[in-house]
Amino acid sequence: MIMQKLHKSTWIYFAIVFVLILLPFFKDDRWFLFLMIQIFVFAIFAMSYDLLLGYTGIVSFGHAMFFGIGAYSVAVTMNRMESTFPSFLLGVLVAVFASGIVAFLAGILTLKLKSHYYAMLTLALAGMFLYIAERWRSVTGGNDGFTFRIPELPGALQDHRNLVIYLFTLFMMVILFFGMKRLTESPLGRVLVGIRENDQRVESLGFRIMPYKVLISIISGVVAALAGVLYAISLRFVNTQVFDIEVTLDALLMTIIGGVGTLIGPIIGSAIINLSHHFLSDLANVHWIFQRWVILFGVIFILAMIFFPNGIVGTIKQKVEQRRMKRRILEVEKQEELDEGKKHA
Amino acid sequence: MGTIIKTEELSIAFGGHLAVNNVSVEIKRNTFTSVIGPNGAGKTTFFNLLSGQLSPTSGRVIYKEEDITKQSVIERTRNGIGRSFQITNVFPNITVLENVRLAVQSRERVRFDLFRHFKNYKQFEEEAMSLLKMVLLEEKAEIPAATLSHGEKRKLEIAMLLALNTEVLLLDEPTAGMSLEEVPAILNVIENIKDQGDRTVVLIEHKMDMVLNLSDRMMVLFNGELLAEGTPEEIMNNETVQTAYIGGDPNVTTATT
Repeated sequence: MIMQKLHKSTWIYFAIVFVLILLPFFKDDRWFLFLMIQIFVFAIFAMSYDLLLGYTGIVSFGHAMFFGIGAYSVAVTMNRMESTFPSFLLGVLVAVFASGIVAFLAGILTLKLKSHYYAMLTLALAGMFLYIAERWRSVTGGNDGFTFRIPELPGALQDHRNLVIYLFTLFMMVILFFGMKRLTESPLGRVLVGIRENDQRVESLGFRIMPYKVLISIISGVVAALAGVLYAISLRFVNTQVFDIEVTLDALLMTIIGGVGTLIGPIIGSAIINLSHHFLSDLANVHWIFQRWVILFGVIFILAMIFFPNGIVGTIKQKVEQRRMKRRILEVEKQEELDEGKKHA
Repeated sequence: MGTIIKTEELSIAFGGHLAVNNVSVEIKRNTFTSVIGPNGAGKTTFFNLLSGQLSPTSGRVIYKEEDITKQSVIERTRNGIGRSFQITNVFPNITVLENVRLAVQSRERVRFDLFRHFKNYKQFEEEAMSLLKMVLLEEKAEIPAATLSHGEKRKLEIAMLLALNTEVLLLDEPTAGMSLEEVPAILNVIENIKDQGDRTVVLIEHKMDMVLNLSDRMMVLFNGELLAEGTPEEIMNNETVQTAYIGGDPNVTTATT
């Protein structure tokens, strides 16, 4: 029965991916593509955040630094070197290693302590990176940032560059989603959930929790950096905003609204936040209040917390499970009644 | 029959209060020892010192002739000292089955496998299920552990401890909160642990009569001190124990120790 269920959900995922692949062929509008790319990029970023928050119970207030490290790594490499595919790959490698090392150090330094130390240290580190990016103007261009060229695509593809980037980001999101989903369903992933639930108990079962926490910090940091890479590529521009605390808060909101510890939730959360940002800003012409979309956003957030305390996906999952439990209980009761009947007969 | 665990003048103080005071005791391999005493006697604290949750103010814990006083909980578990908790300590938001499965996984030392799906480890799940059956919990396998009743959580604790399959099993009031009909079955499970080979069971209980028939040895704690140690008959006939236990008068202990 479990196999069948997995099967069904996998089919649903494939159907959605199929629709997303076809979508730009029906609506080839630059702004629409850009919006969708943003959704994918932030979905990846929010999923990496969910690995920490939802699966391991680690709170980070500086997740933007990995995003920023990814964005700057690839932007600076492409800016300094010729804009070819090898230099792009080099940029990605730099992003992966730099973010991995920072995540390792942050983890080693704080994860032995209570969880809020990780939150505080990442907050401080992200602030530090923001400061460096602002001051080291010769490399980063400071607040104004800089534009850079991305490698030219062969032949006719170059004319549909945005479409290629759309498909590539979508591809990355799907790959990373299934990769992380698999990770959470591996024996290692189950230990992570155990750590989230009760870390002392995990220890008394004989698992050493530090390596797990550090490892997931690294994986999450690297995935976040990949999101940053895609972000920079899609804009062909980078500035210090990628290190902003708002980027971290976005990831936090997307994860919470979509559903913590679900992976699919952050994707939905990313869609909701990016879309509502986009459309509410559009409505600014109708009434000034829509310009302050953050106010509306606050209201939406509060409503979501009231009606979907576990996030959208989390709440739906809970409902489905509750119904299944009810059915189970009814079945057991029925069986017991039957047994009783037999006894009397 | 050699000694498997030995404590030497073990003491721990919280502030000025000596929760465990100068306890020296030997627990023989492959025996069933009960630790009894009234509430607040220091039984659980004594367990915490054995399993490594707490480290003593003074004294040593010897396991298989090795000083393990400085060892962490993880090391002690891996070396063969497993325990269950009095204040139930399970993973609340995952299923009952998953709770036990994690314990089996730990014993099998599958720690950093991140490429295989956990459902591929079918034998873990099967073993977890059979353990749940043993503690009469198989019907609750698929529900989150948080929804279990107090007594059911105790059973889950026992199943998790059995899953670890350690040489020494420390059980902290395993039957508290269970309904009276269930207690014999659970005690039977515990009694059978010893038949599965080289197993040493240490069990905390505050109702003495419950464990009289099971125990090879008994030790009585009172106000943190070891009041008596011996076979159940010796303990039953020990006047100090009787007075302390029934009367609960702390003056008795100061007078006799």
